[in-house]
Amino acid sequence: MFGSEKIRGIFWQVLLLAAVVAGGWYLFSNTQANLARSNIQVGFDFLDREAGFEIAESWISFDASNSYGRAFLVGIGNTLYVALIGIVLATILGTIVGIARLSENWLVRKLASTYVEVMRNVPLLLQLFAWYVFFTELLPGVRQSINIGGLAFLSQRGMRFAWPVDHPAYDYAGIAFLAGIIAFFFYRSYANKRQQETGRQLPLALPALGLILGLPVIAWLVGGAPTDLDIPKMAGFGMRGGKNMSPEFTALLLGLTTYTAAFIAEVVRGGILAVDRGQTEAAEALGLNSGQRLRLVTLPQALRVIIPPMTSQYLNLTKNSSLAVAIGYPDLVSVANTSMNQTGQAIEAIAILMAVYLFISLLIALLMNFYNSRVRLIER
Amino acid sequence: MAIDTASGRTSSIGNAALASRFQAGDSAGAGLPAISIEGLNKWFGEFQVLTDIDLTVGKGEKIVVCGPSGSGKSTLIRCINRLENHQKGTITVNGIELTDNLKNIDQIRSDVGMVFQHFNLFPHLSVMENCTLAPIWVRKQSKVEAEATAMKYLERVRIAEQARKYPGQLSGGQQQRVAIARALCMNPSIMLFDEPTSALDPEMVKEVLDTMVSLAREGMTMLCVTHEMGFARAVADRVVFMDKGEIVETNTPQEFFDNPQNERSRQFLSQILDR
Amino acid sequence: MQWIKRNLFSSPFNTVLTLLCLGLLIWVVPPVVDWLFLKAVWGDQPVAACNAVRGEGACWAVVWAKFRFMMFGTYPFEEQWRPAIVIFILVGLLVVSAFKYFWNRSLIAIWTVGILLAYWLMAGGLGLSSIRTGQWGGLPVTLILAIFGIAFAFPLGILLALGRRSELPIIKSISVIYIEVVRGVPLITVLFMASVMLALFLPVGWQIDQLLRAQVAIILFVAAYLAEAVRGGMQAVPRGQYEAAEALGLPYWKSVGLVILPQALKISIPPIVNSFISLFKDTSLVVIIAIYDFAYAVKKSVETDFEWKKYFIEALLFSILVYWIFCFAMSKYSQWLEKDLARGHTR
Repeated sequence: MFGSEKIRGIFWQVLLLAAVVAGGWYLFSNTQANLARSNIQVGFDFLDREAGFEIAESWISFDASNSYGRAFLVGIGNTLYVALIGIVLATILGTIVGIARLSENWLVRKLASTYVEVMRNVPLLLQLFAWYVFFTELLPGVRQSINIGGLAFLSQRGMRFAWPVDHPAYDYAGIAFLAGIIAFFFYRSYANKRQQETGRQLPLALPALGLILGLPVIAWLVGGAPTDLDIPKMAGFGMRGGKNMSPEFTALLLGLTTYTAAFIAEVVRGGILAVDRGQTEAAEALGLNSGQRLRLVTLPQALRVIIPPMTSQYLNLTKNSSLAVAIGYPDLVSVANTSMNQTGQAIEAIAILMAVYLFISLLIALLMNFYNSRVRLIER
Repeated sequence: MAIDTASGRTSSIGNAALASRFQAGDSAGAGLPAISIEGLNKWFGEFQVLTDIDLTVGKGEKIVVCGPSGSGKSTLIRCINRLENHQKGTITVNGIELTDNLKNIDQIRSDVGMVFQHFNLFPHLSVMENCTLAPIWVRKQSKVEAEATAMKYLERVRIAEQARKYPGQLSGGQQQRVAIARALCMNPSIMLFDEPTSALDPEMVKEVLDTMVSLAREGMTMLCVTHEMGFARAVADRVVFMDKGEIVETNTPQEFFDNPQNERSRQFLSQILDR
Repeated sequence: MQWIKRNLFSSPFNTVLTLLCLGLLIWVVPPVVDWLFLKAVWGDQPVAACNAVRGEGACWAVVWAKFRFMMFGTYPFEEQWRPAIVIFILVGLLVVSAFKYFWNRSLIAIWTVGILLAYWLMAGGLGLSSIRTGQWGGLPVTLILAIFGIAFAFPLGILLALGRRSELPIIKSISVIYIEVVRGVPLITVLFMASVMLALFLPVGWQIDQLLRAQVAIILFVAAYLAEAVRGGMQAVPRGQYEAAEALGLPYWKSVGLVILPQALKISIPPIVNSFISLFKDTSLVVIIAIYDFAYAVKKSVETDFEWKKYFIEALLFSILVYWIFCFAMSKYSQWLEKDLARGHTR
């Protein structure tokens, strides 16, 4: 009977399953015993309890009387906030450095290479410490803030900058911006259709600018063209007014950005190098100009090679944002850590942590698989 | 017969005389040579790859350029559509001089078609899209017009049934034929071929050469770098033999193969013919 | 001269770039060099010498003053020759593994001996005085976390890779779930899990020391990434190899061990080396759970000393330098290796 491969396969699997279940049961019963000894209740009810701690920065209102559940929400928001901005900035910086590494200019090339070789080979944690030290020790105190144009003030307490006073005109502008983007997409498909039918190419760049930037400006004008700024001023022991970017946030953002940009630079460089020289030559021989070559031949092929490792870097950045706990930015891990220490509900807190990060990872992986299957080069 | 002993170059007939001989047979009003190269010199850094090249190609003429590897033959034809630049001498294509002037370069490129050794088809576009890309974006044709032209040429190279396929799904010979059609869709007056069959498996060489022969018979001006001597005999008006960056010998295929004048030509022929 | 013109000033755009870069360098480099080297205080000097140049020159004397602590943490002073040897043994393991000459079964033996030796020297017993892990610290701890980490993660990673490629649904699911979950969460969560939950998993009364918890976390974490690297290598082994082994009548484990894995591992070497470099950097995270690795030792060395406290920037820069040297060397090796292996394939 054991000669049959199928039976053997089933046998091993059942054995493994039994081992896993037995092991799991063992760990579970130990855990129960240990928890009972320390009088800790398992369960997520603690999320309704009052948190009892403050969170330094938050995207929704929060104070010590709010629940732990709300605290976790703040943490998630803070993590996503710094991750999203980090991804955008790192992509821009990384692309520039990646292209710079391929420049004909020796100096530019060497500077870019040095940047990559330094940033990639130092642990992110130490880089964050370095940025944090810069923003909290090397910048002057609040009273001696560096004044940038009278509108921004850089000090140990962060960067405080002027911000327009709330006014409905800005809401109109926001709506107009979204409307502009949608309008641009309609215009673009109209222009494509025109080209297919008649061969005439309608301009895209100027109308894009006009719709996406122009409409909001018009809306702002219509709304009353308010120009009042909330300018930060010294008040007592600190500054008031305007908006503030805390040193923790700034250090985390810059650390994540500069670190991830080094890896993105290599991804971009690899993608551009991966496009065969013959492709650009064939495009040249056909008479396409450099803009057309880039758009129709080089970029589509480079992006196919770039996107998978790029999304992997985005994921890394998001996971690395968890280092915020080391420099005091209240991200999800930081909030979870505080909650864990206060309530002892370690298992639940860690479960929430892992669930959130897993969700983000799976989301990004799904998006990437979707993109990959759509642009797969069709081969035999 | 003039033998230039200093450089060992031989030309059995002067280029100018040759050009006028072929122009005499041209249709009326076509006085300009298709390509006129005078005193062409090119360096890669310190290394000189082309030395004092003079060549005139008349309309409808078929020229085969051959020679050992490193002789500069590929570099020469790549200079004609500015895939390589030159430091000294002039190249004139259909009356337009090739300089750094982008407008001239673009004009010349839309009139000169090129077929590469490694096909260089765009893998992310279908066969049809490969062929319509340039007509749509450079000649500003409508999609319908471009597709009609493309089908016409795809049928000419006998690959119309693969129009919706992607390059990755085709064999080497099929891809090269698509590459020829793609170049033809721009309606060039001159076609350049850079070792079009060197990267093909032997059984596919014939289908591509047949396509090129039928193109030649229709009167296309062709400048072809190749080792396929059978093709040269069948179609070429002239064979240009290059070695170490210079034109060593120019002659009709008959004369060149049966009666090479120059020692270096003899050496080259003996190497490729006894295989 | 020609070189300068071609590489720096070949076009108006390039000229502008070159001038901008030069301007930036001239603005930044001299004051930095000044602070880092010219006006800095080197060598075994008292803190007063540093105070004298505060703000103008770096105080590298802090490195001399705190060197032992940075390197060995709270390890007993007289026994510090032991972790010193351990550093050499562990770095030696890495160096030996870099040579192709040793890429065979003997590597397993070499690593086993090295690890046992390192453990004995650090922990004691059998003739050496026992030092509990709570007193270990500094560079040896970083090296132990990384090297023991990858050593023990290897078998687990290979098993997971084989499991993921298996056709048996339960085995495959368990492997996939493990790999995807561990790769989807940050190392910090795994460290927290280990530091907090491991104690709960053990029978009542059992204790597990902090360092071991961190080590287990790191092993479990790296195993998932190794699994993916090995799986990639296995996918790259030509189908024909599997078929040939089957045709020869080799049973599963023999064909895997003798035919597939050797080839798969060779192909996976570059991603494995890269995983190790990442691991080496990630060991610094144990700072967050207060484990005395090199980064933490450097941090604590100045934090607790009132006189030297203000020179923590120099200490931080020193730790950055040490990590950089290790990682840069390894990444240069990795790049060389990739080129070397590629050369072997293209004939």
